[in-house]
Amino acid sequence: MNASITPITMPKFGLAMTEGKLAGWMVRPGATVKAGDDLADIETSKITNAYESPAAGVLRRQVAQEGEMLAVGALIGVLADADTSDADIDAFIAQFNAEFSAGAAESADDTPPEPSVIDVKGRALRVLDIGHGDGDPIVLIHGFGGDIGNWLFNHAALASNRRVIAFDLPGHGGSGKDVGPGSLEFFSSVVVDLLDTLGIERAHLVAHSLGGGVALTTVKNAPSRVASLALLAPAGLGPDINMAFIDGFISADRQKTLIPVLSYLVHDKGLIGRKMADDVLRYKRLDGAVDALRQVAAANFADGHQTDNLRPVLESVPPTLVIWGKDDEILPSSHAAELPDAITVEILPDTGHMPQMEQSEEVNSKIRTFLAR
Amino acid sequence: MSKKSFRQAINEAMRLEMRRDPRVIIMGEDVAGGQGGTSGVVDAWGGVLGVTKGLYTEFGPERVLDTPITEASYIGAAAGAAATGLRPVAELMFVDFVGSCLDQIMNQTAKFRYMFGGKARTPLVIRAMFGAGFNAAAQHSQALYPLFTHIPGLKVVIPSSPYEAKGLLIEAIRDDDPVIFLEHKVMYDDEEEVPDEAYTIPFGEANLTREGDDVTIVAFGRMVKLANEAADKLERQGISCTVIDPRTTSPLDRDTILDCVADTGRLVIVDESSPRCNMAADISALVAEEAFDALKAPIRRVIPPHTPVPFASVLEALYLPDAAKIEAAVKAVMNHKVTEAA
Repeated sequence: MNASITPITMPKFGLAMTEGKLAGWMVRPGATVKAGDDLADIETSKITNAYESPAAGVLRRQVAQEGEMLAVGALIGVLADADTSDADIDAFIAQFNAEFSAGAAESADDTPPEPSVIDVKGRALRVLDIGHGDGDPIVLIHGFGGDIGNWLFNHAALASNRRVIAFDLPGHGGSGKDVGPGSLEFFSSVVVDLLDTLGIERAHLVAHSLGGGVALTTVKNAPSRVASLALLAPAGLGPDINMAFIDGFISADRQKTLIPVLSYLVHDKGLIGRKMADDVLRYKRLDGAVDALRQVAAANFADGHQTDNLRPVLESVPPTLVIWGKDDEILPSSHAAELPDAITVEILPDTGHMPQMEQSEEVNSKIRTFLAR
Repeated sequence: MSKKSFRQAINEAMRLEMRRDPRVIIMGEDVAGGQGGTSGVVDAWGGVLGVTKGLYTEFGPERVLDTPITEASYIGAAAGAAATGLRPVAELMFVDFVGSCLDQIMNQTAKFRYMFGGKARTPLVIRAMFGAGFNAAAQHSQALYPLFTHIPGLKVVIPSSPYEAKGLLIEAIRDDDPVIFLEHKVMYDDEEEVPDEAYTIPFGEANLTREGDDVTIVAFGRMVKLANEAADKLERQGISCTVIDPRTTSPLDRDTILDCVADTGRLVIVDESSPRCNMAADISALVAEEAFDALKAPIRRVIPPHTPVPFASVLEALYLPDAAKIEAAVKAVMNHKVTEAA
């Protein structure tokens, strides 16, 4: 690079400035300037300012046109001595612009798919919709206090040959915080609304914990919409529920008090870190989040027991897989006992209430095998 | 959720609260963003640093009040408005201007609840930018949070990131007591993920940005980022640090500081305010009194000298704490050897 060439770039006049407009050149191409001479007028959202030449030389090029809006740091002109060849100046401009745009594009590369908030019959639901394939899509339904992040290790794996949709239940994650009565019937009606909105006739439901109860309720109320069920430690199959977890999850307001509560979720307590607790706290700080949790808890675990008994639904379900962690401290794995013969039950050793996180590969493989049967 | 700057996060907090509660109003110099004069342009700037951009056009002159350049009058008016039912967010622009309206803050606003037997509420937020690092010279660079922390009756908030700023400002606006909300002027372009919805972060509850075994670092505002930079480097050298962002200097989360010092036995405090009677001095006294037996080394303070903030950029850099100075202080406490008594 020729050391006698000075790039003239969009200046940053104030903290707020991210881009500026070249309002007008004050020097013609070919004119000689001293350092400090006014080169151009730069207009920002705040003010129009004269831009003084950073060096002496000849203004060889006006790269930016008058009226053009450019990001701070973008090339607007080239200053050099009279001896520098035009070819050198062209090469300088090409290299500068390539490096500048590469720097801008760098942050855009390799970004993971982002969830979006969509309108589902008047409700704002945060949805992450990925994958393509011929079979019926999968809808992932998380549990009490969860969100789409609960499927971090499963979503992409299941979406290798199929459309897979994760969403935040009302009151949870990035969805609207109105949970109506907070009952399984309510959440199930939202699942059907989501299927309608996305134009999905029939879906496989992969559901965790309270979401399992939502999925079973959906089979009860709208059997034609459910192709199969994969239930991970589902609610609705027995009366027991660890209320120390439910109450603690609602009331804990700092990492120190939340981490012991979250530890109930897993067999390997080392999995619960500050980051996980911080994510939960961030969700709970959202306006309406804690009220929503209280409402859901009141509707589903009012007297320290599960409100809904969904065992009768299992008498006539589509193909169903049940996976349970043997050491589940929230909903005991004994709730998987004495299910109808048609239902495949897998009890995973050394696993707590979050098999999809603690044994993600095994759970993914079991679900894929189940769907491919 | 999307990436938002410190500036946008603060703007969004005010916008959401103004939509939620009609009693919330904004007032200050140029907050209507360059309205006035003969140009006919409305909200061209959005305040001197673009923080209130768009509020005037959305909420109008009834709720976004451009004031004369007389802090004494409009901070007093804001206090009166708060005492009589509104929830003003008054912008002091540079915190260095507080001298012109200190009586209104110190002797009136801060005392109302106490002097009126608990019957007065003053839901006033005073926003101001503070801090050095922007070559704004001695009269526009001070970090005066110890001054406010000294006055009972005020809550004092120093956000350390965009996420923190939004949640803490919404908490401030909903609080029924006067809150001084201080924004470091070098941070306005810092970005991170910030939820689109309203959320609140409670006062008096420190945030641990990382946890380690060897040294506890307490830092405020922009210093939190520098402390984490230093802790990253130290981690690679085998020294693990806890970094505490107290979020508010008043109330101060004493328990978290004492707990962490009990765990690590070593304390470094990073405070960019003038060193006499600042937060570093305050926390040093707290730990010396309450956790003396836990200390394995003397407390180290990373603080500026007791001088005005210099204008010259090399001198300003010399004046301010930075990651290298924090790293050196941590190493010094790690290397401390207790001399055996003879």
